[in-house]
Amino acid sequence: MTDIFGLLKGKPEDPDYEKKGVIVQGITGSYGSLHASNMVSYGTNVVAGVTPGKGGQTWNDSVPIYNTMQEAVDATNAKISIIFVPAKFFLGAAKEALEAGIKLLVAIPEHVPIRDTMETLELANKKGAVIIGPNTPGIMIPELIKVGIMPPMPFKAGKIAVLSKSGTLLYEISDALTNAGFGQSITIGIGGDPINGTRLIDAFDMVKDIPDLEGMVVVGEIGGDSEEMLAQRIIDSGFNKPTVAYIAGRAAPKEKRMGHAGAIVMGNYGSAESKISMFNKANIPVAKRPAEVPVLLAGKMEKSD
Amino acid sequence: MQLLEFQAKELFREYGINLLRSISSTNIEEGRKHAKELGYPFVIKIQVPVGGRGKAGGIQKCQNDDEFELKYPQVMDLTIKGEKARAILLEKMADIKKELYLSLFLNRSKRCYTIIASAEGGVEIESVKNQIIKEVGLGEVSDELAKEVAKEMGLEGNTAEQFVDTLKKLSELTIEKEAELVEINPLAIMQDDSIMALDGKFVTDDNSNFRHPELQKYQEKTEIEEQAEKSGFSLVELDGDIAVVGNGAGLVMSTLDMLSDNGGKPACFLDVGGGATTESVYEALTLISKLDRVKGILVNLYGGIVKTTVVAEAFLKAYEDNLIDLPVFARLKGTESDKAKEMLQGSRTNIFDSVEEAINAAVMGVKK
Repeated sequence: MTDIFGLLKGKPEDPDYEKKGVIVQGITGSYGSLHASNMVSYGTNVVAGVTPGKGGQTWNDSVPIYNTMQEAVDATNAKISIIFVPAKFFLGAAKEALEAGIKLLVAIPEHVPIRDTMETLELANKKGAVIIGPNTPGIMIPELIKVGIMPPMPFKAGKIAVLSKSGTLLYEISDALTNAGFGQSITIGIGGDPINGTRLIDAFDMVKDIPDLEGMVVVGEIGGDSEEMLAQRIIDSGFNKPTVAYIAGRAAPKEKRMGHAGAIVMGNYGSAESKISMFNKANIPVAKRPAEVPVLLAGKMEKSD
Repeated sequence: MQLLEFQAKELFREYGINLLRSISSTNIEEGRKHAKELGYPFVIKIQVPVGGRGKAGGIQKCQNDDEFELKYPQVMDLTIKGEKARAILLEKMADIKKELYLSLFLNRSKRCYTIIASAEGGVEIESVKNQIIKEVGLGEVSDELAKEVAKEMGLEGNTAEQFVDTLKKLSELTIEKEAELVEINPLAIMQDDSIMALDGKFVTDDNSNFRHPELQKYQEKTEIEEQAEKSGFSLVELDGDIAVVGNGAGLVMSTLDMLSDNGGKPACFLDVGGGATTESVYEALTLISKLDRVKGILVNLYGGIVKTTVVAEAFLKAYEDNLIDLPVFARLKGTESDKAKEMLQGSRTNIFDSVEEAINAAVMGVKK
């Protein structure tokens, strides 16, 4: 099982404890550069950038740029990489990262072809690496490390794990949680694509045994059946921490893609009703609006006290 | 995108999957010519990109000229799940012994392609009994596996051979065109034991469009959708009167849900993407100004690092340029929201602190 905290934070005996190195692929592009700066301001240890043809230069007068992932990994020994290249170049960039020994790959691009995601996943499985995304805002341990594009304001360190398919809803709901006094131990962006490197159940497995975890929030949306699988996994595992869900897309018409490539209901498959009824079966309340999430969570916590 | 039946069949034909004779038309004059060419009896089939055509009366048998003159316009005028007919397909009537089911699709939870086959097809997949399910990685189907499926379905002899051939062609088609779903339902065994695809469903992975110029001719977009795509937005047109705009697909869906809960009727789903700038919001308003049915605009932007004053500028400019003359109900979360409110005072844009307030005001506002 993936030790996500080991990857993002490390162990106290590690020389780079709480400052694990992150490589930014596509650091010289405007998008990559902007978010590399934001990550650095948040406290993330950005150790290298990769842009083919720009090796030898430095980014922001401080971070060395390499031509290839192999060179960047050799020089820094980093195990984490974040990709900002255009979707059609994603497969090449991801393969390069995995071949170079990256163990946690955060895939930001939207519109990556499914086949490319699947090929990347196949290689990641062989290499024992984890992919977050594609089409994800990323992953973060609030106030410690951010490998992604989330704005910092909604998040606060705490003891609630938040798993979300959507980016802006992750911000919105984390904001509501923070305002209600619920900080977050970790937030994982699953991504809005049909195929996710880390599915909701995988993300659940990453967080369920956090020693001081006090609760979990799942932000799902129409399409696929990963929410249903998660609900079943929660039932089967006997996980009993207070958990609340939110599902976006109840009012969406069937057989229409609602912005995200994965957000489409086919027949009954992927419908909000199906997800809500499975969460109910797992005794997980489903909020009707984002603002209701902290209210329901507080209610669950009272009951479990 | 989801192809129409006759388009899916064009691809089937290209890959050598057996089909009955069929011809598509878009008006009755063309249809009459095709009717002569085909000869009675044949079936009139509405071409819409949704399922449930049979139940809705979109598939009609036709025995003679009188029936044709009556039924062709009837089928053409149908609206199924909000979709109007794109074309009419006339297809020869078949002498069927048995109906099978066959599909190859992207299995999202297992993260691999999967075959579903059954000897009891012809009904919707949810009702197909005795499903044979095989996971096939990236979609490759070997000879052995195809034979195994045929055997498990109880097929024999020439029929089994033809089924194996069809399944392998389906696999080739799925891989080469990067389909998310290819379904043949029913796949029919004819009186002479040959196998024919009587229907075809084909869903492509839009994200792979850049590798498939040959599929572009099937792309069906309204002018507005095309413009939205150019701007990097996603737009889904709906039939209500309140346009819903926001940043991020999840947030916009959520806004749509809350609006519907409060009795509002969304006119569209418009996601301007993660960020929001004066330009992107102005462009969104430009798109909305082209939808006649809109009586009000509901905006939900979770700014994060966005300055709401920047968004306010877009509204002001849109009124100034006479682009819109509609009330806007906006929830702008971000920095400098007090200043944004000041800027918009006296305009037709109302800014609210919570999305709930904005929605209530929008629902009340369009009733006036």
